[in-house]
Amino acid sequence: MRNALKEALLPTAAIAAALLLFGLFVWFAGVSPLQVWLLLFKGAFGDWYSWQNTLQRAAPLMLTALCVAIPARAGLVVIGGEGALVLGGLACAALAQSLPLPANIAGTALICLAGAIAGALWISLAGWLRQYRGINETISSLLLAYVAIGLFKHLVEGPLRDPASLNKPSTYTLAEGLQISGIGGSDVHWGLVLGVLACIAASVWLRWTPSGFSVRVVGGNLRAAQLVGLPATKLILLACVLGGACAGLAGAVEVAAVHTSANASLIAGYGYAGILVAFIARQQPLAVIPVAILFGGFGAAGSLLQRRLGLPDASVLLLQGIAFVLILASEALRDLDWKALWMKLAKNADPRSSSSVIAGLTRNPAAVAADLDPGSSPG
Amino acid sequence: MTSDQALIFASGIVGGALRVGAPFLFVSLGECLTEKSGRINLGLEGVLVLSAMASFGASYLSGSPWIGALAGCAAGALLASLHGVLCSLPRVNDVATGIALMLLGMGLAFYLGKPLIQPQAPQLPAIALGNWSDSAAVRSALQVNALVPIGLVIAGVMAWAFANTRAGLLVRMAGDSANATRALGYSVSGIRIAATAAGGMIAGLGGASLTLFYPGSWNEGVSSGQGLIAVALVIFARWSPLRCVVAALRFGGAGAIGPALQSIGIGWGYHLFNIVPYVLTLLILVITCRPGGVIAGSPGELSAR
Repeated sequence: MRNALKEALLPTAAIAAALLLFGLFVWFAGVSPLQVWLLLFKGAFGDWYSWQNTLQRAAPLMLTALCVAIPARAGLVVIGGEGALVLGGLACAALAQSLPLPANIAGTALICLAGAIAGALWISLAGWLRQYRGINETISSLLLAYVAIGLFKHLVEGPLRDPASLNKPSTYTLAEGLQISGIGGSDVHWGLVLGVLACIAASVWLRWTPSGFSVRVVGGNLRAAQLVGLPATKLILLACVLGGACAGLAGAVEVAAVHTSANASLIAGYGYAGILVAFIARQQPLAVIPVAILFGGFGAAGSLLQRRLGLPDASVLLLQGIAFVLILASEALRDLDWKALWMKLAKNADPRSSSSVIAGLTRNPAAVAADLDPGSSPG
Repeated sequence: MTSDQALIFASGIVGGALRVGAPFLFVSLGECLTEKSGRINLGLEGVLVLSAMASFGASYLSGSPWIGALAGCAAGALLASLHGVLCSLPRVNDVATGIALMLLGMGLAFYLGKPLIQPQAPQLPAIALGNWSDSAAVRSALQVNALVPIGLVIAGVMAWAFANTRAGLLVRMAGDSANATRALGYSVSGIRIAATAAGGMIAGLGGASLTLFYPGSWNEGVSSGQGLIAVALVIFARWSPLRCVVAALRFGGAGAIGPALQSIGIGWGYHLFNIVPYVLTLLILVITCRPGGVIAGSPGELSAR
């Protein structure tokens, strides 16, 4: 517990700094920062209505973050979650309109499964290209995301289009029985439960099962994994399949619970936001849950800032950008030895001992040696 | 298809390649310079949008599109150097930082650029290359953005500098082997920050050509992911500035197939043609990559990961 608190300290400080900086921005725009901070909190976590809004946005973020975090534990940087998400949504809508599904929970489970399979196939394609063709998975998953979005638009505006959707091309609306309802009549849908469960399951799998452990070994040290005979390629593909399934499920849930048909509103950037959520959670599935809720809250507060204070609707995008940059930069301070730094500062302030070392001109031979050591090179 | 339609179709594609390809040209050259130094800047999307806003704003306020283009360069260099500095810190991942800077750049641009959505700014002059033809379609297709020749010159200078100058060799060395660079007593971070900032400056011209030539206005949908795609373009060009020109024109042209078909009355497959460049890049990767091997021309530090 104490460790977890310590881990959370730096990101929290970074978010506080981001809020301060953002306050400075709105101050220049002639709006009181205090009012903005209050409204941000109100819009995100102030009352039950804002909580509903926040949690509704957090659900897909959790799942798309897992699409980055699980492959990351196997040593892959996958940034194409957006593609898996839109294809998941498409598969869900396509299955619902092509087959006479039972309009009950079994039917809903089937369309969610279809979404998960579509996402899993798409991301495992990136993993396959990496393992069998040697193509960098970061690049290929990004390209595949654009291909997926193109396919999505083509099918939604062409073969799968509901002729009744005039202004906004959409697929047929899901039958009432297939839609995912809100929990207890609220706007928070069961997708949130799916997201939380997926995060917990991923965490348990990585932490407590042999296959999860093997995936971590492959990601931590590929050579060691190969030496002890782990099937690295299979494990990497497994991580891609699981991650992709999560993102695909996110798309299916968005369609079944929020949009009720597949259309362009599905392409809302949840895939890209998920990348940041995963990196801020340091690829820990359990940490994904609070981070996703926090950024869902930022999103939810956006419209309130615009309505009440007349700030541009991009204000929240700006706040998110500042927060993300600062949180990522704060990682650099994680290994800093505060005690040593303090001692050094105290020593430099003491005029008697500072004469021998001139900062920046005299270099410590040990540091030079460490710089040249190939093992310690970054990258 | 009659010959008239064929002419309209062909000029639609060529015109599209020149118009849509111009921002592609600048972002790919910028990304090429950054990647040559051993770093990937996914934040070029943010750089592009921010510089588009900055050049539109500066052009509107000063009345001169050229001052606008310079402002775009400056804004691009600033945001990109932030990427360069952040990535030089220990434990900071360049992919995640790129995405974060994409959000920051877009947020800054939309926040500060809100009052600029209504007005019209002075536009960059066009170079008319189509006066030999009587066809209006050909003439309008060959109206070339005045920044394009500058981009071609930058591509040539970059290709020459990478092979022949001390600075170019330093950038390539930092990209190929950080250890060799350190052993020779140069600062890897310093070189990479400089290369990233210069890359952002070049990409800033891409932003200027978006708001000051085509589409020629500032709004929140001004870029459709051109900055992210720069990464694909550079692979397509196999890290050669001269091939970046070809890649940018080809991506612009492929993106123009859909609209060109629409202009002669064929609406089918609009979005399918839009994804042609991405599929093409993937196919090229499949053909040229080998497991365990690296693509010819790729910086060693990038493929080592």
